[in-house]
Amino acid sequence: MLAILDKAIEHNGLVGAFAFVGFIVLISGFISRKLTFGRMHGSAIAILIGLGLAYWGGVMTGGKSGLADVSLFAGIGLMGGAMMRDFAIVATAFEVQPHEARKAGLIGIVSLFLGTVVPFIVGATLAYCFGYSDAVSMTTIGAGAVTYIVGPVTGAAIGASSDVMALSIATGLVKAILVMIGTPVAAKFLGLRTPRSAMVFGGLAGTVSGVSAGLAATDRRLVPYGALVATFHTGLGCFMGPSVLYFAVKAIMG
Amino acid sequence: MIIYGTALLAVCHLLGIFLGDLLGSLIGVKTNVGGVGIAMMLLIFARMYMEPRGYLPKPTEAGVSFWAAMYIPVVVAMAAQQNVVAALRGGHVAILAALGAVLVCACIIALINRMEPKSDVDPFAALADPDHKPLV
Repeated sequence: MLAILDKAIEHNGLVGAFAFVGFIVLISGFISRKLTFGRMHGSAIAILIGLGLAYWGGVMTGGKSGLADVSLFAGIGLMGGAMMRDFAIVATAFEVQPHEARKAGLIGIVSLFLGTVVPFIVGATLAYCFGYSDAVSMTTIGAGAVTYIVGPVTGAAIGASSDVMALSIATGLVKAILVMIGTPVAAKFLGLRTPRSAMVFGGLAGTVSGVSAGLAATDRRLVPYGALVATFHTGLGCFMGPSVLYFAVKAIMG
Repeated sequence: MIIYGTALLAVCHLLGIFLGDLLGSLIGVKTNVGGVGIAMMLLIFARMYMEPRGYLPKPTEAGVSFWAAMYIPVVVAMAAQQNVVAALRGGHVAILAALGAVLVCACIIALINRMEPKSDVDPFAALADPDHKPLV
């Protein structure tokens, strides 16, 4: 009977992936509420579990595609593949309300650009210091320091290797978790009091899950303002990463 | 019809990827230049054009927002198929790069927010700052 179930899941890979990822998200929400008291965003825990399972899959099969190399979970490869990933990311642009966005103003644009360029420089420089001296790897890890979405999108566009992509996602993930946990602690130092300050924060801190979770734990009223600017962050990063920033790194590295 | 929304999203996606590839070959690189970003902008512009004209009824909108809501699950699936075993060999790079980026950005946020003029008005009553320029 178990063999029949195995076969049913293997033959319906994508559907199986929907069910499996739904289960991961459910558990993550539970962990987020009960164990961290909402301090850590459920989505960040879900991604951590995903990375953990990818590690397990990699150890089990010795392959390069994490959990997707385990035949039972092959559908994960389709669900998290380039096509679905880009499709879902493009769809998030729909959540940007143009009339709300106009309120973000000049300082929002400035912090948005700073929030893309500054983490990129820090990430790429550190990557170089640790021996990742080719332009593609430096750009991908630098982009990962922008957000965990910008990293893999940039890496995929310029042809980075899977391990550099994973490193890039790990960088973005560590950043998101740091922002989530650190924001309520550092709220006073950051000057998080007004909508404008939340927009500056959203632009510079970047990662949407980090910003929304961090602001929610600081002052719920600040959340939409920060998230609004942060929503632009992924688009700007995905736009600049494989183009301007990659060319800049390529020009410097020769 | 819900498919209109999903089709709009698909057209923006394909057009964005196409323009990104075109831009890439125009400037002589073999990569897609900002295709996803271009697609996002196309979708924002499509919404700005269609919404006031009543071309975006609820079902059409749902055809896009479903996929927007699927983005975290898709990212979870993406995370689950990464080469984590290989990444862990350079794990300290991820932690140091993230920590460095967060610390530098935190200082810049603190600096910019300290330059914000103090006001006695409750900022959450209404947000109407005439100095703010439009973003899009």
